[in-house]
Amino acid sequence: MIGDYTYTEFTSILAMQGFAGLTLFSVFVLMALGLAIIFGQMGVINMAHGEFMILGAYVTYLCSQFFSEYLPSLFSIYFFFAMILAFAASFLLGMLVEWGLIRFLYRRPLDTLLATWGLSLILQQAYRSIFGAREVGVTLPDWLMGSIALTDIIEIPINGLFVMGLTILITLGVYFAMFRSTWGKSMRAVVQNRTMAGAVGINTKMVDRMTFGLGCGIAGIAGSAFTMIGSTGPTAGQLYIVDTFLIVVFGGASSLIGTIASAFSISQAQSTIEFFLSGSMAKVLTLLTVVGILMLRPQGLFTLKIRR
Amino acid sequence: MSPALFLFRKREWISFAILAFILVVVFPTLFDNFRLNLIGKYLTYSFVALGLVLCWGYGGILSLGQGIFFGLGGYCMAMFLKLEASTPEATAIQSTPGIPDFMDWNQLTSLPFWWQPFHSFTFTLFATIAVPVALAFIISVAMFKRRVGGVYFAIITQAIAAILTILIIGQQGYTGGVNGITDLRTLLGWDIRSDNARYVFYFICVALLLASLLLAQFVRVSKFGRLLIAMRDKEDRVRFSGYDVANFKIFIFCLSAALSAIGGAMFTLQVGFMSPSFVGIVPSIEMVIFCAVGGRLSIFGAVYGALLVNAAKTSLSETFPELWLFAMGGLFIAVVMVFPEGVAGLFRQHVEPLITRGISLVRIGKVRKPRPTAE
Amino acid sequence: MRQKTISPFSITRRALLAGIAVLPALSFASAPLRAQEVATADANTTGLAVTDDTVKVGILHSITGTMAISETGSVEAEKLAIDQINAAGGVLGRKIEYIQEDGASDWPTFAEKAKKLLVEDKTAAVFGCWTSASRKAVLPVFEQYNGMLYYPTFYEGLEESPNVIYTGQEATQQIIAGIDWVVREKGAKSFYLLGSDYIWPRTANKIARKHIEKLGLKVSGEEYYPLGHTQFNSVINKIKLKKPDVIYAIVVGGSNVAFYKQLKAAGIDMAKEKPLLLTISVTEDEVLGIGGENIAGAYASMKYFESLPNDNNKAFVAAFKEKWGADSVIGDVTQAAYLGPWLWKAAVEKAGSFDIDKVRAASPGIELTTAPEGYVRIHENHHLWSRTRIGHARDDGQFDVVFETKDLIEPNPFPEGYQ
Repeated sequence: MIGDYTYTEFTSILAMQGFAGLTLFSVFVLMALGLAIIFGQMGVINMAHGEFMILGAYVTYLCSQFFSEYLPSLFSIYFFFAMILAFAASFLLGMLVEWGLIRFLYRRPLDTLLATWGLSLILQQAYRSIFGAREVGVTLPDWLMGSIALTDIIEIPINGLFVMGLTILITLGVYFAMFRSTWGKSMRAVVQNRTMAGAVGINTKMVDRMTFGLGCGIAGIAGSAFTMIGSTGPTAGQLYIVDTFLIVVFGGASSLIGTIASAFSISQAQSTIEFFLSGSMAKVLTLLTVVGILMLRPQGLFTLKIRR
Repeated sequence: MSPALFLFRKREWISFAILAFILVVVFPTLFDNFRLNLIGKYLTYSFVALGLVLCWGYGGILSLGQGIFFGLGGYCMAMFLKLEASTPEATAIQSTPGIPDFMDWNQLTSLPFWWQPFHSFTFTLFATIAVPVALAFIISVAMFKRRVGGVYFAIITQAIAAILTILIIGQQGYTGGVNGITDLRTLLGWDIRSDNARYVFYFICVALLLASLLLAQFVRVSKFGRLLIAMRDKEDRVRFSGYDVANFKIFIFCLSAALSAIGGAMFTLQVGFMSPSFVGIVPSIEMVIFCAVGGRLSIFGAVYGALLVNAAKTSLSETFPELWLFAMGGLFIAVVMVFPEGVAGLFRQHVEPLITRGISLVRIGKVRKPRPTAE
Repeated sequence: MRQKTISPFSITRRALLAGIAVLPALSFASAPLRAQEVATADANTTGLAVTDDTVKVGILHSITGTMAISETGSVEAEKLAIDQINAAGGVLGRKIEYIQEDGASDWPTFAEKAKKLLVEDKTAAVFGCWTSASRKAVLPVFEQYNGMLYYPTFYEGLEESPNVIYTGQEATQQIIAGIDWVVREKGAKSFYLLGSDYIWPRTANKIARKHIEKLGLKVSGEEYYPLGHTQFNSVINKIKLKKPDVIYAIVVGGSNVAFYKQLKAAGIDMAKEKPLLLTISVTEDEVLGIGGENIAGAYASMKYFESLPNDNNKAFVAAFKEKWGADSVIGDVTQAAYLGPWLWKAAVEKAGSFDIDKVRAASPGIELTTAPEGYVRIHENHHLWSRTRIGHARDDGQFDVVFETKDLIEPNPFPEGYQ
């Protein structure tokens, strides 16, 4: 007996709690990856990141409506189409925003912050005008909503597994795109030395646009995945933005590994504290710890060792 | 001549006089008590905007957490008023009479010790400034001594605003939770809800604001002000010249926190309550837009910016509530892309030359070239 | 989603329907008086915005910001009630004109707009507010300028203002009957209390806890999460570990969606009722966002459900859908908001005057036999006597009413022994 619980109960809870932490970790990674690319590689603070996620969620909602209306036979797999469309929508909107707004503001990070905050307000109101102020309910295919019972107590939610799998796929995708592809090579070249990159024939403007679009597109996929666990409403995006930025900053802005490590440590800390304390205090404690560590180690967990 | 005359150049004295005239004479004659009280509320935001002009416009430090200091200042004042309103007679129906109602609802049976000093008005006045400044000091020492700045500073202040909001809401037995501290009635026995009191508070607010403007201008024209600009533009060079950059930043950040706190306290007095909705991220960023619209380099602009944006918000949201967020979002983008120096910049570029030309037309024969407008 | 487009052809039909829906209302205790019977000078001695033909009232809700989601329904219900009252001849023979202000989910804005409605517009009554915070913000304004507020939301109690009529239930009405029911019918022995972190869930859980302990039963956990929180896996694990008979959930807003989806995904099948889920914060409105299939099998304890089978309610639901679209749903608060204008009309006609003091004096004892929820009466303490019902959530987002209290429950905003 440990406390009030039997030994088996305790171990099962440990397992489930670990799984809850891992789900949170995947959610954090999904949220932060897009932002880390945009912030880390371009130095742009995209306060509208949450709204790009919600765009993905709304696209998923529209897809679910469309499939249940016209293609009910394919409903069980609509989610995959929805994710692709969510990526495409956010990617295109991202490129548009880069072209219309962001490209004038490189090297003025604080101004990108204000301008994208304005953008987020506009997007929020646009969602509200189009979809109504209420949250929309996204219907999920049944196979995504169940759970796998391993023992009497341990039950693993399928959507949690799905989110994890998705996170791994996207992380690998980003890794290959950035470190194993020609495009990635040119992107890193632009980050390291824009003038030289331009001189050797890289279209730096196009690279910027693609990078920003990619970051937003990943946000769209994240939003699509979040319809499984969270709510979809005009202002839901704002909930995520501070957490996401803290994860990116905590990880060391320019390092993707850092982002993943920081998402891991924050999520594990939060879900562990949540288990022992009440929810509100867990959140406060986690955030305080992160801010505290950042004050001691402002460069974050990981830093790229390059000469600036 | 006294040094005060050197504080402003002639033209700036005129701007100051015009602003003072508008606030002291025009508004009170033009508007009824209700509208004047609204303007008084807007003016409390201009304290925050003024602080932001100093620390963001001149110091280059963008804080997205000014709501923290506005809120703390407001909460200190609100607690004093609440304690005054919670006499044992007025709260006789509670299970513990004599403590604020929200504490009673949360099973507190005595006032926590750290609220005790707020029975004293002198202490409250002191704490209104001291508490926010102390927090600002801790944050800024930790950050600036490690040379963290720019974007990182913005994000961390934002996170602190988020933490404080969750804390205030979660600890409702001590803070009033999401409802805030409401139903404030008297200040030292004087009913703050009467029209008369509102009138007086408006003028106190204006007087404090004008004094703060003078103080800000003093900072701006002093050697310290010039160092600030130098620091904003080329931090390393200032550092290499032997100055301790961090100390300057800490000072200016604390000053802006103090200004915000004054605004918060005046807000509580004029509106009659304080709630966590001023502490969070959204209001903090909105306060930045007041400053940006006014012109981040203009201390007078801060006042006009706060007045303009809030007046627009009130009237637009009355007539076209849907449009308001679009307009607000557009404003953020426009201020960054089209007129980065805000209203003040537009005024300087377009209106001032006209005035100068007008004056010179009047004084034919004394036509002079307009002075260069750069500051 | 609400369809707000109004086709020009259906207006007459709609007006007719609204008129028909209102017919039962004509059977009020005091028959409607005509304008000429009560001269404006007599009916309005305090300078309210009343003319020989019209009377101005205010509607004060958030139509922008985070609370717009919840408050939209109330605005719609209040407008419907006003239209119906006008179609039936108005109040004291005067047509109601409403001035709508947006509180923008921001409490100082609520206070500012309330002051405008009272001081500048001189409205005779204001229907509005949703959150406790907004009500607390406007309360001093209403008391200072002597206005009358009709407040629709179920709330935590601990308040009794001469300037507010509370048309929703206070906490004890909503909670005690619900807990008694699960204990009696389902044999519940242990409860896990869970809520969003603000005053209503905390106060409500406090009352629930006292009542549970009074019954000699066990509270196996109590927990709060910040508003807008979306990760509930840890608390779900704790619930699985403690194995309570009942999860007592007072989660609000967007968190709701996350909570129920994650609960379902974690394998807690509410249809099996092991544990059973009882909520006081999910109405038909919230189910729209959560998705009926995610909450089917849960129980909700409140005073009104859209599926109530009485005739008043059928007429109300038909009129509401006719005006605001067939997709619209009606939750507890929406119905309570609908009562506001009717209760005010009845009080004004009983008093024969629009004066706030006279309306206040006339209010206690006012009864509404035409209320969609059945029958309500205003108590001395300005709350309503009402029945509490238990709804069983269905797949399609509606609730089956499985229980209703036999008698009207007395409102008791300051419950002895529960504080």
